[in-house]
Amino acid sequence: MAGFLSRRLLGLLPVLLAVSLLTFAIASLLPGDLAYVVLGDQATPENVAALRHDMGLDQPIAWRYLLWLGHVLEGDLGRSFRTGQTVLTAVTERLPVSLQLMVVAEAIGLLIGIPIAILCAVRAGGAFDRFMTGTAFSMLSVPSFLSAILLIYLFAVELHWLPATGYTPFLEDPIDNLRGFLLPAFTLALGEWPVLMRVLRSDMIATLQEDYIAMAKAKGLRPARILWVHALKPSSLTLVTVTGINIGRLIGGAVIVESIFALPGLGRLLINAIYTRDLIILQGVVLLVATGFVLMNFLVDMMYAALDPRIRHGRA
Amino acid sequence: MSLLSLEGLTVDLPTPRGNLRAVDGVDLALAAGQTLGIVGESGCGKTMLSRAILQLLPKRARVGGRVMFEGQDISKLRPDALRRLRGPALAVVFQDPMTSLNPVLTIGTQLVETLQAHLAVDGREAVRRGVELLAAVGIPAPEQRMGQYPHQLSGGMRQRVAIAIALSCEPRLLIADEPTTALDVTVQAQILDLLARETRRRHMAMILITHDLGVVAGRTDEVAVMYAGRIVERAPTRALFHGPRMPYTEALLAAIPKLDSAPHTRLPTIEGRPPDPTRRMPGCAFAPRCRYAEGDCVVGKPGLGPVDAGHEFACWHPR
Repeated sequence: MAGFLSRRLLGLLPVLLAVSLLTFAIASLLPGDLAYVVLGDQATPENVAALRHDMGLDQPIAWRYLLWLGHVLEGDLGRSFRTGQTVLTAVTERLPVSLQLMVVAEAIGLLIGIPIAILCAVRAGGAFDRFMTGTAFSMLSVPSFLSAILLIYLFAVELHWLPATGYTPFLEDPIDNLRGFLLPAFTLALGEWPVLMRVLRSDMIATLQEDYIAMAKAKGLRPARILWVHALKPSSLTLVTVTGINIGRLIGGAVIVESIFALPGLGRLLINAIYTRDLIILQGVVLLVATGFVLMNFLVDMMYAALDPRIRHGRA
Repeated sequence: MSLLSLEGLTVDLPTPRGNLRAVDGVDLALAAGQTLGIVGESGCGKTMLSRAILQLLPKRARVGGRVMFEGQDISKLRPDALRRLRGPALAVVFQDPMTSLNPVLTIGTQLVETLQAHLAVDGREAVRRGVELLAAVGIPAPEQRMGQYPHQLSGGMRQRVAIAIALSCEPRLLIADEPTTALDVTVQAQILDLLARETRRRHMAMILITHDLGVVAGRTDEVAVMYAGRIVERAPTRALFHGPRMPYTEALLAAIPKLDSAPHTRLPTIEGRPPDPTRRMPGCAFAPRCRYAEGDCVVGKPGLGPVDAGHEFACWHPR
């Protein structure tokens, strides 16, 4: 197991290097000179030249990348020239919000998706299966801004059950914090469960044909045990992959939902950085989000090994 | 009263080419502690027959007739009653232990869960019995095996595990569906001897399904030969091997290679192929391939009979 872990960790290095190169390239190759952005209406040619020299923008791009990478490896991702905040502070302030949103959303998605997938697979082609597959398909085509508005109208405006916007830190008031997260997380989950359900459903249908399921029935096990232990575990590899990818995607990708519900997460930070051309923040956030995505995939690999002993033992 | 009796059992499977009659009116009886071999080539319906007894047929299958087990028709049992029967009354060993054991659960889990589903034992007692069972089926270092996964064992060891699971709740009837087909020849005899020993020791009835007459020789009390969904001959094992009456059985026996025949002797084979099971034919299903067939063979189906010292056969012109 330790060998497996270190092999996989070593394999991450080139990926992370490529991620850093790409991030740096995108931020550097964006049109417009950073010095003009910073100086605004004081951008005389002399001022620009002086600032460019100060910021190192007159150096060759390869050299600038290496300098930046060196700083990144020391934990210094730079500082916003607008707010003066370091990238790390800005991200650590907002990351918990995005993480919580993503975890709650994915959990709701799984809670809805898994039982429906199992029920559909047990009676594949039956009325319930056809109805849920159709529902999943139509849910997929509802954009999140629309479901967000509908949910706000129903649960906040009409029923007054949940707040429409706002964020309370967990440590301040855990109940209020969770109430604030329910609607945005549910909005995201509405787009998540159909994907999770469809992936698991088709894997489950295949697994239920296996001999070991017939064997489990012949052993006189309870149907619940056959489904949740004998069938779910070997069927869940694709589900874990998709869940992992979606979590990674949600870390920085819940931009619209974070904006609608006024949640101060990474998505909002990213959007603001783009609007204000705060390239240092943009570059830093993208690098961290991409790194998080890579690490998430690493975790998915680890989950494979935990789920399937054959992968752990290097046989499959 | 017999332990198991099949009365006019039929299994129909709808296919794109029409209805496929996999099992075509089988009557069978098996007493407690008795062993019966069911022999036939691929597609003759022997696996569907075993699945019908176990109530493990695919959902689209339509079943006719009755499967009486200890006096009750198990095809009419409610799911929960059937579940309680599986394990302590009826157990099965499938063909390929690679696919019949769950690849992601340990041997111990798969063994212990069966015990705990049917017997009032706590976890520790179940593990103790599991180890005992593994030892009983000839698995060395059983304590360590409990924590291992199926892929860490050899094919023969896996089949021993499957047998241990099947035996765990002391079933009255064990159905072994081609239990040695997926195994190396050297291991086959060991597994068959293990099954024979355990059936005797536990006074357990067994149906041994195989395509290989050599497998049932000397290991079962009776043999039933299946062809095109029907039982065409049934006799005590010795009688069947010494004096087959149905030409199909005779041809099967002739197809077994003999050690004392000269080198390069051509193996006798049965010409032709089994009939298309989606097409009903009026006469004997073997008639098109039978060297003794006459005009009446294609007109009417011979019934199973007459019983002479437990020997019955379905043929108009028996040997």
